[in-house]
Amino acid sequence: MHHNIIVREVANLFFPIIILFGLYVQFHGDFGPGGGFQAGVIIAVGIILYALVHGLDKTRRLIPEKAVRIGMSLGVLLYAGVGVVTLLLGAEFLNYNVLVANPLTGQHLGIFLIELGVGITVATVMVMIFYAFAGRGQE
Amino acid sequence: MEHLPILQVVIPLVLAPLCLLLVRQAWLIALVGSVSSLVCATFLLAGILENGSSNYYVGGWEPPWGIALSLDIVGGFIVLLVSLIATLVVAWAHHSIEDEIRDDQVNLFWCMFMLCLTGSFGIVVTGDAFNIFVFLEVSSLSTYTMIALGKDRRALTASFQYLVMGTVGATFILIAVGLLYMMTGTLNMADLAERLPALRDTSTVRAAFAFLTVGVSLKIALFPLHQWLPNAYTFAPSAVTAFLAATATKVSLYVLLRFFYTVFGADFVFDELHVDYLLLPLSLLAIFIASTVAVYQEDLKRILAYSSVAQIGYLTLGIALANSKGLTATIVHMFNHGLIKGGLFLAVGGICLRLGSTRLSDLKGAGRAMPWTMGAIVIGGCSLIGIPLTVGFISKWYLIIAALEAQMWYIAVAIVIASMIAVAYVWRIVETLYFQEGETTFREVPLYMLLPTWILIVLLVWLGVDTDLTVGIAERAAQSLLGIQL
Repeated sequence: MHHNIIVREVANLFFPIIILFGLYVQFHGDFGPGGGFQAGVIIAVGIILYALVHGLDKTRRLIPEKAVRIGMSLGVLLYAGVGVVTLLLGAEFLNYNVLVANPLTGQHLGIFLIELGVGITVATVMVMIFYAFAGRGQE
Repeated sequence: MEHLPILQVVIPLVLAPLCLLLVRQAWLIALVGSVSSLVCATFLLAGILENGSSNYYVGGWEPPWGIALSLDIVGGFIVLLVSLIATLVVAWAHHSIEDEIRDDQVNLFWCMFMLCLTGSFGIVVTGDAFNIFVFLEVSSLSTYTMIALGKDRRALTASFQYLVMGTVGATFILIAVGLLYMMTGTLNMADLAERLPALRDTSTVRAAFAFLTVGVSLKIALFPLHQWLPNAYTFAPSAVTAFLAATATKVSLYVLLRFFYTVFGADFVFDELHVDYLLLPLSLLAIFIASTVAVYQEDLKRILAYSSVAQIGYLTLGIALANSKGLTATIVHMFNHGLIKGGLFLAVGGICLRLGSTRLSDLKGAGRAMPWTMGAIVIGGCSLIGIPLTVGFISKWYLIIAALEAQMWYIAVAIVIASMIAVAYVWRIVETLYFQEGETTFREVPLYMLLPTWILIVLLVWLGVDTDLTVGIAERAAQSLLGIQL
């Protein structure tokens, strides 16, 4: 679709907006509607739109499969890691109260990190699924 | 110590992504994960045997707001079984997996294995009905992937078949949980048990019960919902078959026990709805039809897979007898059958590694070339039949006692006749291995693969002679399950 100037330019225009909106949904998730899952999907949609317009190869150069794989694991590790840290601090798994001195700030920080983990994993997994389906027959 | 229930789930969960990142060390990570789960499970069961049960509030949020983990003796017993089998399978599988799976997928396989372990432990330790569904999906999805990695192309269709059946089952369970939530406004299992008695006569609760029973039965592979099982076991990588055959159906059966006895209550399930009227004939059909089909199979893995369907019949038969002896027999057989099938499939995996085939026609006279592996198969086979001094005998003994106690002597006769059919398919294997002439140029498998197999086989005999440990735990577990409803 690269030769279609309208599609290409509109997609280029939308790409940063979609990513920005994804980040907004991610980091505003603890105040309003949103959260890691939704944000992850939105960010992945931005990347998939880019791939639809500019082709799979260019996208793979931009975001290599290896990086996607690392992202997939890091998200889970971040989530579980927060839980392990709370365990090490002597509280229950995912009890954010103990993360910092003030329990309220702790809850805030905890859910922020957890949602970030969810967001990273969801976005990278969506991209990975897209790569896997779109790349069929190329190998 | 108080964190043991969650550690059981968190250890494999943390290690799974590490397997993805550290490509070369994946097997070692999996080994560390399963060994530490085994240690965890041992302490957990010891603690439960002392205190009766174990409760844990995730995130420090008390139920009904937060998610609680709650574990009774049956759960502790199953967790021990799963972690024991996982440890032995991982220790055994290093070479076998590299042989059967593409090089670039080996670390992905171990990642999936850890996730499957996470799911299995999660199902057992959780005290939340929705959590059961989530963990069931975690373990099922990773299982589909592991089956699809089998080197035979038919593994893909086997995996797809299991995916379709398993998803139908999981959806039914989700519908059931949704209906229960609609009626009671809670997902906590203890809360559900408290609020359900008042709502028993509503058709919604009955529909939930029906959906749940059918959904879980699909996962258990209760006859006639077992069609996914033989193909999945036959075409999956050997290590996966050993792990699945020994644990997956038991974990699902535990879900059934949990819902039957602690959530709905035995009086509702058996006295009011008479599930035993349905479960009893289906169990008998499973035992007879699957055993008979097993006699006519040409592939060792398939024979054992159909034998698994028959053994699941024994497991549900114990539940259908609806007395405490029957429940004891079921719980003891869950553990025993795990050991038997684990040991047998590990031995078969050894054959697969050396011969590249498990067809009976390729195994003629193999008993002479691989005496230790084939010896394990013979002892495991004896245990499947239920010959005294093996654990199979203990299970059947308790089943027969339970049948007599329930005034159903014909069930006892049926169990004995079914054992005769088991003799037929086990004898067919033995005859091929020892009494037929064939090419015997291949070598015995290495010691580190024989060791896990034989640990299970020795356990078969040891726990068949010294029954205090398993039967003692199973009796207490049955009492605690029945006790809650009083």
